[in-house]
Amino acid sequence: MAILAQAPRPKLMTFTAPCTAALAAAIAFVVGNAFGTPLVGLAIGAVFGFILAALLGQFAVPRTMGRTATIAFVAVAGFSVGALGGAVAGALLGAVISWFFYWLHTGAYRRAVPVYYTAAQTLWYNTFLFICGLVFFFLIAPLLPVIWLSFNAQDFFTFTPEMLSFDPAGYSLKHYRDFLGTDEWMVPLKNSLIIAPIATLISVTLGTLAAIGLSQSHVPFRQAIMAIMISPMIVPLIISATGMFFFYAPLGNWLEANLGLNQSFVGYVKVILAHSVLGVPFVIITVTATLVGFDNSLTRAAANMGANPVTTFFRVQMPLILPGVISGGLFAFITSFDEVVVVLFVGSAQQQTLPWQMFTGLREQISPTILAAATILVTFSILLLTTVELLRRRSERLRGLSPS
Amino acid sequence: MSDMTSSGQMLAADGTPLKTSLARALRRQKLRALALIAPLLLFVVITFIVPIATMLFRSVENQIVSSTMPQAVELLQQWDSATGVAPDEAVYQALYFDLFKAAEAKEHTKLGTRLNYEQTGTSSLFRTSGRKLDDVGELWQDPIEDIAPALKDGETWFAMMSGTGSNTVLEERRALWASLVEEPFAGDVGITISDEIAQMLPLTTAAYADWAIYEAIEDGKDISKRDPWEAVYAGLGLDLRSDATVRAVNAYTGPHAADLQLLTANLDQMPNTMFKDAFAEMDEDWLDPEVWEAIKIYSPNYTSGYFLNAVDMKKGVETAEMRPENQQIYITLFKRTLWMSLVITASCIILGYPVAWLLANLPMRTANVLMILVLLPFWTSLLVRTSAWKVLLQQQGVINEILVWLGFVDDANRLILMNNATGTVIAMTHILMPFMILPLYSVMKTIPPSYLRAAKSLGATNFTAFRRVYFPQSVPGIGAGSILVFILAIGYYITPEIVGGTDGVLISNRIAYHISSSLNWGLAAALGSILLALVMVLYWLYDRIVGIDNVKLGG
Repeated sequence: MAILAQAPRPKLMTFTAPCTAALAAAIAFVVGNAFGTPLVGLAIGAVFGFILAALLGQFAVPRTMGRTATIAFVAVAGFSVGALGGAVAGALLGAVISWFFYWLHTGAYRRAVPVYYTAAQTLWYNTFLFICGLVFFFLIAPLLPVIWLSFNAQDFFTFTPEMLSFDPAGYSLKHYRDFLGTDEWMVPLKNSLIIAPIATLISVTLGTLAAIGLSQSHVPFRQAIMAIMISPMIVPLIISATGMFFFYAPLGNWLEANLGLNQSFVGYVKVILAHSVLGVPFVIITVTATLVGFDNSLTRAAANMGANPVTTFFRVQMPLILPGVISGGLFAFITSFDEVVVVLFVGSAQQQTLPWQMFTGLREQISPTILAAATILVTFSILLLTTVELLRRRSERLRGLSPS
Repeated sequence: MSDMTSSGQMLAADGTPLKTSLARALRRQKLRALALIAPLLLFVVITFIVPIATMLFRSVENQIVSSTMPQAVELLQQWDSATGVAPDEAVYQALYFDLFKAAEAKEHTKLGTRLNYEQTGTSSLFRTSGRKLDDVGELWQDPIEDIAPALKDGETWFAMMSGTGSNTVLEERRALWASLVEEPFAGDVGITISDEIAQMLPLTTAAYADWAIYEAIEDGKDISKRDPWEAVYAGLGLDLRSDATVRAVNAYTGPHAADLQLLTANLDQMPNTMFKDAFAEMDEDWLDPEVWEAIKIYSPNYTSGYFLNAVDMKKGVETAEMRPENQQIYITLFKRTLWMSLVITASCIILGYPVAWLLANLPMRTANVLMILVLLPFWTSLLVRTSAWKVLLQQQGVINEILVWLGFVDDANRLILMNNATGTVIAMTHILMPFMILPLYSVMKTIPPSYLRAAKSLGATNFTAFRRVYFPQSVPGIGAGSILVFILAIGYYITPEIVGGTDGVLISNRIAYHISSSLNWGLAAALGSILLALVMVLYWLYDRIVGIDNVKLGG
């Protein structure tokens, strides 16, 4: 910050003001276009931007005050043309323009580059950051309209005028009520919550044991075994699903005929088996990665003090590799919870899972209830992501690899 | 612990030579490792490798033709399709008995569907013929019952057919049923067919045995009380066409010999219908040599036909030929799948590379926050992201609405972003991008920033330093990410299905179509096998470049 204070301020009238004017003009061009007068917009924007920059710069208006004033001014202008929606949009645009002005005016735009950078290099660096910003926008932005639209009061997949003007009448929780209150969605949710945990349990149990076996020093055919165990992740799902379709149907018939199991139970068994094998590679990969940093002298020490292998495993090894096991388990869980193709091919209507219901919904009848389901799933994945991230940090701390 | 003995050999504490002791310890260690691995290995092999093998098997398996019409297929082998005329009467006669049986068990339509993949129209040919087979049998049944009324009755038949013998005919027919219906057909039929009758009236016996087995085992009825089906009468009629048989019947003294002799005395009342004509009357396509050619080509138990279909070829009698231009779809689809996967991979590199660079070069704290922006879509359900793109891309969708509102796009000419290749590429680039960014990031993290500074201090411009120093070191990351994205892209199903329309679908959608709609499972398996081979090659490359042990998840 001390360096920043001494950063040379660019010239107001020949650099900051024209740049601000250019940005304001570009924005106003787009807004003007919406009203059919792009060139008028362009002119108004350029003049407005230049005057704004000149005023703020010349009178050295403090940042907070300058930004508040700009936001308020543009918001009022927006309100005069587009009511509440216009005001919100205006406030956003005002925030962007005023931020841009201060970013230039204080010399913050050069903060991240070495002092010897030329103007062109600085421009390129900031353009680069802008491009990266666009990519991040591309990654995250598609999820936002889904969340917004899930509160739609209408049965449409598109924004209504009421929603855009932030009229409370345009919003409702009816799609959430539909989601939570009908069998159409609750039964698939229940199925997902039956299938995914059991499949996860199977893949975690078998996967952890195998990962421990694989990480020992003398394993014959290690490469080949590893290849087989990773294969469910590498083989495209559609191929796995096709293979399983051919194999599990007769297997199911055999189970029903010879063991006298009922059809619905056999259906669940088939889907659970299929899902747990799909989750195996994730468990293997994460647990093996955790075991790479595992200090084997700890088990030897435990053995030395008289612990048998089982005690050693549960009291010494397990607590240390637990973060890896849990995050592998989460991967396996999400694999099963999010899986459509295999369950579509292997399961029957009784095993319809949440993604399956969403898939048929998207393909056939479009109901915004899907968006409510999607929003709930996004919340769910944020929770999962947080858990995995916390676990990863804990694991690194335990292994003494804490991030700087 | 160890001691030197007089022979100079190192001994372990228990007195065994150290070498043996160590070898034993090593073996025990190996066994313990294998014992830990074994359950999962077994599990993966049974629940995953075996299904994949089943799929490979399905792509060449073709027993349905020879199991549904075994006798006709056998006779058909002598027929030469090059002559351009339909096969002779014997084949039609065999076809009648095969098809009658199959129709009773409702298996003939399956064969029709199977052959329809190769010869259009076969499906309806088999379906309509199946319904008319009874009428053909009645041509004989009616006069036989008029001449010898006792033969109307199932009990007469049972008494006439039973006797002493080794029942070989019954067992032979049982094996044929088993391969037709894919059930063991085990159990007691309740009859021992007289050897004498079996020798004298072979066709009748075969037809009667077929009926008896089906009636007794499939329907669980007591055959001694039931009337046999029409094919048995047709068999009897055919048997009596031979003079030798007529003489033998006249000399026969077994049960109900009198009824049979009534028939031989009135042979002039029996129809002299030919089966070839009968089939031609059902549907004249039966005279079409092309139908028979298709049957002959697909009569072996294993066929390369599905694979040839999967690459737009057609199996001929001796060689394979390309299908006509307007029927070629799979090569186009494979090309499109590869091309679109390449485009998606390239867009992922272009968009992902700067982001990965930024993440690898920012201070850890900022990078971790930005990493969440990459990981959130990665952890979000695929269906959620696909539905998001549907919301954004459709004609009344968010992108079009904004563009129209801003006046950049005319309301009447909204952009068509969905239900074509554009939609698939945009949505899949978004969905697969984390798989590019994460490997790139982990490789870039290992490139010391000092290299770039060194290059610059030696006089390189920013661009040269990047091109000559940084980029070459990040190539392994690009390789790893590209192969990962490419493998995932060529097998993608859900997203193209929802946003791809007809121009944006991939080979996987065709596989799913054949599994669930057209039910041409063999072709689906063949397409899957080709795709699998493609992926295996890429997998091998990936292993060479990155090593499967180095696959990392979630940064």
